[in-house]
Amino acid sequence: MIEMDARSLPYRELNRLIREAVNAGEDRIRLRNVCGQRYIGAGLRRPVHIEISGVPGNDLGVFMDGPTIIVHNNAQDGVGNTMNDGLIVINGDAGDVVGYGMRGGCLFIRGDVGYRVGIHMKAYKDQVPVIVVGGTAGDFFGEYMAGGIMVLLGAYGRARRALAGDYLGTGMHGGVIYLRGRPDPDRLGKEVRAFDLDAGDAGLLQPLLDRFAAYFGTEPLDVAREPFIKLIPVSHRPYGRLYAT
Amino acid sequence: MRSIIPPDFVIRIDHNKCRRCGTCVRGCGFGALSFARSLWDRSLAIFKGQEDMQKVYSRLEGYIPDHVVGDNTRCVQCHYCVTHCPEGAINIEPNPLAYKASHHWLPEYMRNVWLQAETGGVILTGSGNDKAYFSYFDHMVLDACQVTNPSIDPLREPMELRTYLGSKPDALEFDRFPDGRLRLKTRLAPQLRLDTPIVFAAMSYGAISLNAQKALAMAAKEAGTLMNTGEGGLHKDLYPYADHVIVQVASGRFGVNAEYLERAAAVEIKIGQGAKPGIGGHLPGEKVTEDVSQTRMIPVGTDALSPAPHHDIYSIEDLAQLIYAIKEATAYTKPVSVKIAAVHNVAAIASGIARAGADIIYIDGFRGGTGASPLIIRDHVGIPIEVALAAVDERLRQEGIRNRVSIIAAGGIRHSGDVAKAIALGADAVAVGTAALVAMGCHVCQKCYTGNCSWGIATQRPELVERLDPEKAAERLVNLLRGWSLELKEILGALGTNAVESLRGNRERLRGVGLNEQDLRILGVKPAGVGIGG
Repeated sequence: MIEMDARSLPYRELNRLIREAVNAGEDRIRLRNVCGQRYIGAGLRRPVHIEISGVPGNDLGVFMDGPTIIVHNNAQDGVGNTMNDGLIVINGDAGDVVGYGMRGGCLFIRGDVGYRVGIHMKAYKDQVPVIVVGGTAGDFFGEYMAGGIMVLLGAYGRARRALAGDYLGTGMHGGVIYLRGRPDPDRLGKEVRAFDLDAGDAGLLQPLLDRFAAYFGTEPLDVAREPFIKLIPVSHRPYGRLYAT
Repeated sequence: MRSIIPPDFVIRIDHNKCRRCGTCVRGCGFGALSFARSLWDRSLAIFKGQEDMQKVYSRLEGYIPDHVVGDNTRCVQCHYCVTHCPEGAINIEPNPLAYKASHHWLPEYMRNVWLQAETGGVILTGSGNDKAYFSYFDHMVLDACQVTNPSIDPLREPMELRTYLGSKPDALEFDRFPDGRLRLKTRLAPQLRLDTPIVFAAMSYGAISLNAQKALAMAAKEAGTLMNTGEGGLHKDLYPYADHVIVQVASGRFGVNAEYLERAAAVEIKIGQGAKPGIGGHLPGEKVTEDVSQTRMIPVGTDALSPAPHHDIYSIEDLAQLIYAIKEATAYTKPVSVKIAAVHNVAAIASGIARAGADIIYIDGFRGGTGASPLIIRDHVGIPIEVALAAVDERLRQEGIRNRVSIIAAGGIRHSGDVAKAIALGADAVAVGTAALVAMGCHVCQKCYTGNCSWGIATQRPELVERLDPEKAAERLVNLLRGWSLELKEILGALGTNAVESLRGNRERLRGVGLNEQDLRILGVKPAGVGIGG
């Protein structure tokens, strides 16, 4: 276990120290006084445990492949960008473009998220990326989604707004979005349709809800008693008939 | 709907020469050639179950000659059959069918209207813009020495083509030791070392076959240059060539993970492509085979959609964020390139890219090729590389930041003369895509998007892919680079210089022929007839 004081450290210096610690075999790193430093955990490929006090900057865990990052406060934009594996838990809100192009691992965010969250997430074989958001989301949630699981609870956020913004699941061609509540049909992308859950969905969703409760110390939500619905794409080839051949 | 589109080409078979060996029938990826016999079998199949019709046909059977017939509607003029017919019995000609003459309604435009009237879709094409736009390359000439400053003979004297791509420092600082020795103090940014200022352009596995990619990788290693994976991920078979591979990070982030970034010589953020500026990519599910799926890391048979923009890049600041995310993930050990299409505002965009921290800017002109692009975009969007390059080089010099980035110019480089002219206009190196494919056998039939490439290049069909021998294709590529490099040395010698560095951005050694004043000003080139310093 190594502790670093990030106060006044430029991101490049902080990340160099983290890389050196990881390369030296350190398994647990605690960062104090983090204040907007970007790229924490970028490209790390060992299952190290990083705990962050303060607000990490953009691209937290970008290209990350295995570590666990626990943030005790809010996070900013680009959390889990193009992440391959690992776990990020945010005890607060996160900004825009969370989980862009994410291929594996899990993001748990207690509060609200911004725009363009989960764009172009994709699954491959046993790699299934998961984003669970306790609050609400801005526009373009799950746009171009090609695989994986997104969950939007609308239960623990502070933003006073609808569960999700406009263009929900636009261009989606794979994966599933679980919503706790029925979205306004006008906000749905035309490539998705809402369905009630079946037994398979409950089996997938309940463990995620239990994990959410465990990470954030909330009462576990019961799939059977909450108004969950799922969005899935109408076609996994939404643009198949676009071309003259 | 019955098509009213006449065939573009006519297949002529000399039946006196043809000995019915079947090479062409097996060779055609588009199924344009077959034995009459198989036509017979197909007609018979139509009447399956109808005994009376079967009887009529089987009586006629003996009269059907077993010869090769061409289906003109399927022919794309790729010349695979012509090249491989051992008897020289095949020729492909343009359909001589005459239309009412018009300078405006060319047959191509009527054909496209018919195609869209029949399908209601976007017309796809492959390869690069083939329209008769003005060529600046063809209206510029290089200088040579005569009498007063002697030319240099590259056969006898060393001629330097070595090129380093990467950010160069504003100034160099040295430590001086008491004994007078100097040691470089400035920390240099990571550099890519090229033995010749020519790299292979980005072409993804999916757009081209694995054998074609292997050939490019082997040739890049042999010739001391680089190939580029495009946005289709890095196949395991290319791992041994990783020091000669640029990997791309595009908007779909296919195949991108930390290991992918680690395995490359450099990482390129693909913003745009000359053949399709401003639009995304779309690899149809049919082409996502088991192997392609592994490399792209997506399920078999799903469409691989690359959104038009990166959804985490809406500004230069956002671009800077991704550049530094890649630098952080690779511990600042690799140059980061940003590839853009040449568009109207290219100079200002390039300035932003340089300031965002890129080490290399790759500019792709409107003649650049593609595996698949909407025809209308390929042919009508973007600007020529010559003017884009001149504008970018000039802008970066004016702003005093030209040293911060290397420039790779691409999009329509056909020979070493184009290479030399591009370097004189300010390029550090050029990239060749179409020329490399042509070296491997491509005949620029522009049907890459169909996946039927008879030459085994732009296809994933195993029976077609296997006919492209990576080692033989690599040898052809290495030969091409050797030939062009020798010619570049001849050009440098004629210019009285002994290093490509002396030609870089040296527009004084270019002259325009038949260019107007405005063009000359933009290119920063004087008209032919004006002497040195004139």
